Amino acid sequence: MDEGRRFVLRGASATGALAAVLAAGLLRPVQALAATWNKVAFGAKNPADALKGIGATGAADSKEVLIDLPQIAENGAVVPIEVTSKVPGTTSIAVLIEKNPFPLCAQFDFMEGALPYVKLNAKVGESSVVRVVAAAGGKHYTATKEVKVTIGGCGG
Amino acid sequence: MRQVACRALLAGAALSIAASLAYADDTKQEIQKYQRMTAESSPVELWELEGADLWKQKRGPNSVSLERCDLGMGPGVLKGAYAHLPRYFKDTGRVQDLESRLVTCMTTLQGFSEQEATKRVFGNADKPSDMEYLAAYVAGRSRGVKMQVSTKDPKEKAAYEMGKALFFYRAGPWDFSCASCHGHEGKRIRMQELPVLSSPKGARGTYTTWPGYRVSVSQLKTMQWRLNDCFRQQRFPEPKYASDATIALTMYMAVNANGATYRGPGTKR
Amino acid sequence: MPGPMKIRATAEAGYTEIRVLMSHPMETGLRKGPDGKPIPAHFIENVTVKVNGKTVVEGQISQAISRNPVFSFRVKGGNKGDKVEISWLDNKGEHNQTEAAVA
Repeated sequence: MDEGRRFVLRGASATGALAAVLAAGLLRPVQALAATWNKVAFGAKNPADALKGIGATGAADSKEVLIDLPQIAENGAVVPIEVTSKVPGTTSIAVLIEKNPFPLCAQFDFMEGALPYVKLNAKVGESSVVRVVAAAGGKHYTATKEVKVTIGGCGG
Repeated sequence: MRQVACRALLAGAALSIAASLAYADDTKQEIQKYQRMTAESSPVELWELEGADLWKQKRGPNSVSLERCDLGMGPGVLKGAYAHLPRYFKDTGRVQDLESRLVTCMTTLQGFSEQEATKRVFGNADKPSDMEYLAAYVAGRSRGVKMQVSTKDPKEKAAYEMGKALFFYRAGPWDFSCASCHGHEGKRIRMQELPVLSSPKGARGTYTTWPGYRVSVSQLKTMQWRLNDCFRQQRFPEPKYASDATIALTMYMAVNANGATYRGPGTKR
Repeated sequence: MPGPMKIRATAEAGYTEIRVLMSHPMETGLRKGPDGKPIPAHFIENVTVKVNGKTVVEGQISQAISRNPVFSFRVKGGNKGDKVEISWLDNKGEHNQTEAAVA
């Protein structure tokens, strides 16, 4: 067996089992890489339980957590929210819409040089406080901003 | 005593008027911020991309793509075409807007019947229509181009004049005209300021946001759709898709918008 | 639904700006259909952002994210030509991904 072929076979065997399983449709590629979803936190029906679900009970108010959003939303289906954490060592940012049926909207973990920054579009069911929580060094820091939701135009 | 009380009252009234004016300014500012931030984070470009694919697809009984479609600047010339529409087309002998011209190309190039080409022009959030994708794509190809709709040809001039007449024409059970909402400065419906579309300022700012992604329904809507909905809101009968009347109204607003730089499909509430 | 996904990644001063457009119904499960029955929840749960093969952002999102989600992220440094790869996985196990080079 020539060198090249042996090399290819050796490489293939390491991933061969996984490849075979994927090909057989037994595992979806992304699921195979262990995606978790915090069901408890996302299922919480009030802000306190949602914060508990992400381990952020007792988060300290911080001026270093910046939220940029329009104070008036022409429609609650899309409310743009831009978050930056200036807290050194921020590793994650969570966004909560306090008056939503399920307040926790999203949580992002940052690593390998990602900046603690995110912009997203959220559904805001009714005028509400938007709360952002940043995690850094095992502690949590939080800030809020209000958004008024309106229904626009001539019959929507 | 009375004099002092009077002055105090006047001062108080002036303060509260000033306060309410200031509030109105804040409201306008925040709404503008909402519009800016949603436009910056809009999915509308996905419609342009899908339209680009559709444009190149061989379809219809003739199994031909739309790549030789003439939108007024020559077969297949897309850059700037939307910014020059509506315009007179010699081959059809009439003034056409973007959507009617797409129908022309679908029938003459691809071999669809007019009925097939217009069967489902307005889509929904789960399944947009081909027309919406194509309109977004073609309009996007005029991004950065100044609106330059001509009225040189007598038919173009006539379409503009008809559009103007229709704009001010009161009809329907409520006696509305387009001008009822869009012909007077300083009017609004709920939180939305109503643009004056009979003026260059209003037309430039608003005409150029169409076609546009409506966040409230998660759909890209075209100008033909908007006119159809305006007719509905005025309790007018439903217009025929791409009828002469709708093209004339589009012509009127587009000419009023001349000079504005088209920035591609918009994003709106 | 329109075309799957699109990434716009640009090199800025000191960081890379990444914007991703996704098409997804992000159905909450609370809406009722025309027959009066609730439309089943169908939404993206996980978003993963990779730059040059390294995961930089792991996002968990909920049905409260708007339909046809758009996200912006930033990564320190970076160069033109860097490969950005973004994938999502939804509650039904459906997934999608796309990649783009930093411009």
